[in-house]
Amino acid sequence: MIASIPPGLIMIIGAVLVPLLPSRVRGAYMLALPLIGIWQLFSLDPGSYGQMTLFGFDLVHVRIDKLSIVFGAIFYIAAILGIVYALHNDDRTEQTASLAYMGAAIGATFAGDLITLFVYWELTAVTSVFIVWAGKTERSYQAGMRYLIIQVLSGVLLAAGAVVLAKETGSFAFDFIGIESLGGWLVLAAFGIKCAFPLLHNWLQDSYPEASPTGTVFLSAFTTKLAVYALARGYPGTEMLIWIGIVMSAWPIFYAVIENDLRRVLAYSLNNQLGFMVAGVGIGTELAINGAAGHAFAHILYKALLLMSMGAVLHRTGTAKGSELGGLYRTMPWTTGFCIIGAAAASAFPLFSGFVTKTMILTAAAAEGHLVPYLVLLFSSAAVFYHSGIKIPYFAFFAQDSGKRPDEAPPNMLIAMGLAAAACVGIGVYPDPLYAMLPFPVTYVPYTTEHVISDLQLLMFSALAFAVLQRTGLYPPELRSTVLDFDWVYRRLGRDWAVFLAERTGNALRTVYADFGGMLNRVIDAVFHYHGPKGLLARTQEIGQATLVITVVLAIFLTAFYL
Amino acid sequence: MISANLPILHVIVPLIGAPLGLMFRRSPTGAWLLALIISWFTLADSLALLLIVSGGEAVSYEIGDWAAPWGIEYRVDMLAAYLIVIVSGIGAVTMLYARQSVEAEIPRDRIYLFYTMYLLTLSGLLGIATTGDTFNLFVFLEISSLSTYVMVSLGAERRALTAAFRYLVLGTLGATFYVIGVGLMYQMTGTLNMADLVNRLPEVAETRTILAAVAFLTVGIGLKLGLFPVHVWLPNAYTYAPSVVTAFLAATATKVAVYVLVRIYYTLFKGGVFETLPVDEILLALSIVAIVAMSAVAIFQTNVKRLLAYSSVAQIGYMLIGISLATITGLTAGILHLFNHALMKGALFLALGCVFFRIRSVNVDDMAGLAKVMPWTMAAFVTGGLSLIGIPLTVGFVSKWYLILATLEKEWWPLAAAILFSSLLAVIYMWRVIEVAYFRERPAGAVSIGEAPLAMLVPMWVLVGANVYFGIDTDLTVGTARAAAALLMGG
Repeated sequence: MIASIPPGLIMIIGAVLVPLLPSRVRGAYMLALPLIGIWQLFSLDPGSYGQMTLFGFDLVHVRIDKLSIVFGAIFYIAAILGIVYALHNDDRTEQTASLAYMGAAIGATFAGDLITLFVYWELTAVTSVFIVWAGKTERSYQAGMRYLIIQVLSGVLLAAGAVVLAKETGSFAFDFIGIESLGGWLVLAAFGIKCAFPLLHNWLQDSYPEASPTGTVFLSAFTTKLAVYALARGYPGTEMLIWIGIVMSAWPIFYAVIENDLRRVLAYSLNNQLGFMVAGVGIGTELAINGAAGHAFAHILYKALLLMSMGAVLHRTGTAKGSELGGLYRTMPWTTGFCIIGAAAASAFPLFSGFVTKTMILTAAAAEGHLVPYLVLLFSSAAVFYHSGIKIPYFAFFAQDSGKRPDEAPPNMLIAMGLAAAACVGIGVYPDPLYAMLPFPVTYVPYTTEHVISDLQLLMFSALAFAVLQRTGLYPPELRSTVLDFDWVYRRLGRDWAVFLAERTGNALRTVYADFGGMLNRVIDAVFHYHGPKGLLARTQEIGQATLVITVVLAIFLTAFYL
Repeated sequence: MISANLPILHVIVPLIGAPLGLMFRRSPTGAWLLALIISWFTLADSLALLLIVSGGEAVSYEIGDWAAPWGIEYRVDMLAAYLIVIVSGIGAVTMLYARQSVEAEIPRDRIYLFYTMYLLTLSGLLGIATTGDTFNLFVFLEISSLSTYVMVSLGAERRALTAAFRYLVLGTLGATFYVIGVGLMYQMTGTLNMADLVNRLPEVAETRTILAAVAFLTVGIGLKLGLFPVHVWLPNAYTYAPSVVTAFLAATATKVAVYVLVRIYYTLFKGGVFETLPVDEILLALSIVAIVAMSAVAIFQTNVKRLLAYSSVAQIGYMLIGISLATITGLTAGILHLFNHALMKGALFLALGCVFFRIRSVNVDDMAGLAKVMPWTMAAFVTGGLSLIGIPLTVGFVSKWYLILATLEKEWWPLAAAILFSSLLAVIYMWRVIEVAYFRERPAGAVSIGEAPLAMLVPMWVLVGANVYFGIDTDLTVGTARAAAALLMGG
């Protein structure tokens, strides 16, 4: 019976009951749902389920193949970790929204057609915004609003693209899409927004750090990796993605280095890691797709671990700003240890999970002769160590003693972090089970002398650079500052720019600006003039006037008919 | 015996029930019970009829055993059965809801009048959908309209009286135009029976008399259904009528008028008017203006009932677009939206009824922070609103989907864009209400109120549930609409 329920739906339907349950049983109930889900997933044979015909098109609600299983499995695992981590939190809104959100992401992963994908796609957007809002600050409300608009826009693009594609190909099937057609571009733009492509990325750094400590952990795992999955399904081997990927992997680094809010640092670092996966999808060979899928798997775990450790710090101290933290290792030794494991995994230290997956992408890039991408990815790998591997643990737990002596994180947080840390190490030491799950057969051997040596060289030089800069005082100090990112262009610059130009370049531009502003005002005035409460179209007409209108309409019909 | 009389029972029972309602002058509850029982009876009868005709065979009934075309024929085919299910279904749900809402909004000594008028309206609307005789249709049109004017005038504000009077004058104009149209057709063919007209009209279809008849029928029925720009009676009538009346009318009366238009174009003229006359072009042009301009007007409204009234004019535009596309998909979309719009507007107006019940106002500003104290009501409003916008998993999405599909079939991309644009306007006007209700604080010193009574919440949520259910399981609605459209197009 349970096999006939599409994966993901268990959690979405289950979420409905959450607000009704007393808080004592709610945790156990929430934990049970993904456990049932993962059991169900592995009891299903690969294939297509839930086929139906809607509006004359064949839809496939559930498609289980190797690619969707990897992502589905890691999503369930992330769900379990996130729920354990959030067990102490009794916020019904966040609990309900996060369950439905995770279910929607899982449902989307197994969608076999673009319509089903679209429905789940929008559902992830609508449910996740409540997680952002659960941060319960004015900032989180504003950020959530911006987040929602952008996410819904992504869904709209996806729907438009799907319709255009169906028009061209006569099918909504979600397989290789490519960028040969307009529909392909629209769908790519939709995926690109969710994947935080450069210039489309600001919603991520804007909203994730504004959520609650537990909410950020949920958010980090799903939306962007779902997009990576969708790219790997629809656009493998699209060369453009390599270049997008390397820009993604390098650009956020500079922000990550100067950003002070450590959760925001992690958001930038998340974006940079996505760059590796997107580049892997762009390369498109079996090794590269394996690398992208595997790296998504490992990345979800260590990024969640890092965010969990920062969330624990935020939970205990009330801040996650580098300038206000330091020396916490004295009272939070376990959290410190887990954070270092996460940092090591993120930096791709040998024997940690990042190493066995990220090097696959690098090797694939080298094997295909993409020299520039290879070098940029190499530089980014070094830089990851710099900001994720050293900066996060250093400023939070060591550095200058802030004098804060918080308690160790609550037990459920420690358990969740411990599980994630164990997975990070486990995959790093014994990668074969993960390799066996990957979409294509793996012949890649991670632990060769060459891989290990070159990796360690990178890491050592990176560490050296950090140490030298720190010693000589050249390292950008942790300041209580706001880092301006590209969204400044549309949030602030767009508004200021026109004013600035008008003032600087004199009357000519001022007139143009005034004209434009005046025009806009006139349009709004005109709309209001006719549509406002006293407008022609809305005011209550006298009966005589109304009769006149009726006569005119009749006259129009009669004239048109007689002509 | 009963089964043979099925095609008339749902009309005759409320008609006889109406004068019975007058006996309950001192007992509003008795009058309510009477209306409730009769409403549910008509629903049962309608469902039975739908079941019978779903095989594709129409049911015919000769009143007083006078054979058509001399006598009056009642004829229930797929489309008619579909429509009477909508009308009687909405009637049954609103009656469940009505008791407390009516007691709160209508003076106690007039409540029996309300239920009497409601039964007359119900009988009239069902009669329109059932009859196979054009003049009999006029009679039912007047029965339903006259009783509707009375129901509107029962509104709490004095402005309800002027609204009802305006509706009376314009509605009568519409009915007169209709009867002029029927008269012109009678002059040329010598028959009033629809089946008979179908056979005789082709010979005279090109004559100027029939052309004039089509124009009069279109404008006359256009008035009744809220065709832009002859919709001007509608916003005031919806705004000032009692909540239950608004919900019932918005979900049924305009739909029945749309049905009549479909009957005229597709049954009487077999779609021929679209080939020889520019009816479709004019209707299409008016409807496009309606969906954009009326949605824009809705954005600026402060009274939420009025806002939804303008939204209704826009939504009727969607139905007319579907009908004037004159393809099977287009007609399916139009017919489908009849049903779906009834569900969403019914749910929304019932939610507003709950709001009015508690705060005695439906102004946007008075609804600040209402979601905290009336979570179920506002949740229903939001769901209805999502459906109105056309979010997937609601009926609104299904309607829009078919409508867009129909426009794309014709490759009319700009029209599809206009439909999507007007949906965006719907997002704006719904969001205005939602933002106020959810994200603003209750004003300090506001009277503390609770959720609406369960007896109102349950029927409202039945409609909300139907919005979601039929948004997911589209077999019944789409299947019936498509079958009805195919029958109409196939002749």
